[in-house]
Amino acid sequence: MDETKLRELQERALAVRRDIVEMIALAGSGHPGGSLSGVEIACALYFHAMRIRPAEPDWPERDRFVLSKGHAAPLLYAVLAQAGYFPREELKGLRRIDRMLQGHPDAKGTPGVEVSTGSLGQGIAVANGIALAGKLDGRDYRVYVLVGDGELQEGLVWEAAMAAAHYRLDNVTVFVDYNGFQIDGRIQDVMNPDPVPDKWRAFGWHVLEIDGHDFPQILSAIDTARSVQGKPTAVIARTVKGKGISFMENQVGWHGVAPKPDELERALVELAGWQPA
Amino acid sequence: MMSKMATRDAYGQTLVRLGEREPRVVVLDADLAKSTKTIDFAKSFPQRFFDMGIAEQNLICTAAGLALAGKIPFASTFAVFATGRAFEQIRNSVAYPRANVKIAATHAGLTVGEDGASHQSVEDIAIMRSLPGMTVLVPADARETELMVEAAAAHKGPVYIRLGRSGVPQLFDMEYQFAMGKSPVLREGDDAAIFACGIMVAEALTAARQLAEAGLEVTVVNVSSIKPMDEKTIIEAARQAGAVVTAEEHSVVGGLGSAVAELLARHYPVPVEMVGVQDTFGESGSPSDLLQKYGLTAHHIARGVERVVLRKKTISGNR
Ligand SMILES: Cc1ncc(C[n+]2csc(CCOP(=O)(O)OP(=O)(O)O)c2C)c(N)n1
Repeated sequence: MDETKLRELQERALAVRRDIVEMIALAGSGHPGGSLSGVEIACALYFHAMRIRPAEPDWPERDRFVLSKGHAAPLLYAVLAQAGYFPREELKGLRRIDRMLQGHPDAKGTPGVEVSTGSLGQGIAVANGIALAGKLDGRDYRVYVLVGDGELQEGLVWEAAMAAAHYRLDNVTVFVDYNGFQIDGRIQDVMNPDPVPDKWRAFGWHVLEIDGHDFPQILSAIDTARSVQGKPTAVIARTVKGKGISFMENQVGWHGVAPKPDELERALVELAGWQPA
Repeated sequence: MMSKMATRDAYGQTLVRLGEREPRVVVLDADLAKSTKTIDFAKSFPQRFFDMGIAEQNLICTAAGLALAGKIPFASTFAVFATGRAFEQIRNSVAYPRANVKIAATHAGLTVGEDGASHQSVEDIAIMRSLPGMTVLVPADARETELMVEAAAAHKGPVYIRLGRSGVPQLFDMEYQFAMGKSPVLREGDDAAIFACGIMVAEALTAARQLAEAGLEVTVVNVSSIKPMDEKTIIEAARQAGAVVTAEEHSVVGGLGSAVAELLARHYPVPVEMVGVQDTFGESGSPSDLLQKYGLTAHHIARGVERVVLRKKTISGNR
């Protein structure tokens, strides 16, 4: 891919990471680990792949993004603010009374948030409904979903997986944020969902496996998914929970706690000097 | 003998007419289309019908997605599964975002009959009315079902419609009007007021006729719109009569009786007797045997009226 574009996306990702840790630190609570692991995927979608009009969030032809793992709301909010759906100032109101940005995404109150999530397992099924409507209306918008790897333990994920293949929803692309952790520990120790790619394949999906922090791989997966006909695509993206902040990476304890002021400072210093691999 | 029709049959027929008129209407089912009667719509509009398989959570969330993209989805399965298995999906993917989803659940109440307690929903009204913004409707006959389904389609926001399996007498003619938040007064009398919904409306009317022969005049109100509730009509009827009986094919915990009692406790407390399922599960049996055994007949309503009238007199005697 073109160097300038790559650099632009990497800079976006850096800024999004900064916003994530800052807004969670300011809120005093939230989920940094799973927000940071999905940064490149969300940036690739919002700043490159998706057809969107941030000034016209209800534009009927827009591509949709469903954050099924709703606890990664800070990731979504950072990206939406940078894309221009609402002022970045709003990020400071995260999780505060009378403010727009709820602890988990609230579609009716937040421009750019397509689906209210927070209860894990529901996003793919809702995305399927949006995708079915798109097919009925002859619209060619695409629906992207980000799910957690722990979230795959929810039965509804597989009900929806079966349905998307059954209805040949090739306008649906699911990214599995395969960071290996959930709240109680490693996913393999809590309730092993492996082999994840085989499961999606068995449910009738086109399956891709990528490094979820590598922009060229993400963009190429999106392109492939666009060209697949008659089947939805699952992109199993290997990621690092807490990615970009050394003391958060692969630390299960950073699933759902806010950095304290000194930790925030260390995180920002690290990000300032961060060179993506 | 009045002719009978099940509300689920009226639902199926209305959906087809609605489908012809309103292209945004889509219908989803969970492998019960023959029972819920969405099969009629499926045959007429195969492109706009989605069978989600035996997956009720998926049924509700997919309907939510269709609604978010501008469709008017009707999602149907049995009331037990719709409101039980998929409760949290209804809460978080339909009610909270105010998605324009119509949940039309059939096989509510004991009149499911022989299938027994696992299939007899006696708690769905309680569950659904606890959700902010959820409209909860219970038709008393086929005509009201038709009007209700049309009103639900025209309404923007989530609606729960509670339908039955067994035939119910046709109570209303073409003049009958239905509106959300309105409760028609079907009969007036000063001794007591009966607030009924669903199949118990016909029973209440029968009870009222029997009581009149014995010299008691009662008001009968069809509370088909449980939420929003016609507070004005209900408070006024309670004030006029000073004694209330509620009648529902549902648990007395959390249903119509509870809703009326909550309202009257705040605005105009009077003695209330509740005819309904008394905090128990049902069992297998014919619908009429079950209604008899669980106390859901005109006879039970009439006895309730007598009890409440006595309580009213005792209270006024003590004043
Ligand atoms: C239905 C439901 N059950 C439980 C939770 C609580 N919860 C929030 S995040 C989480 C773990 C998610 O793990 P994973 O999907 O792997 O996400 P990630 O590690 O990427 O943050 C749980 C159990 C929830 N939000 N929804």
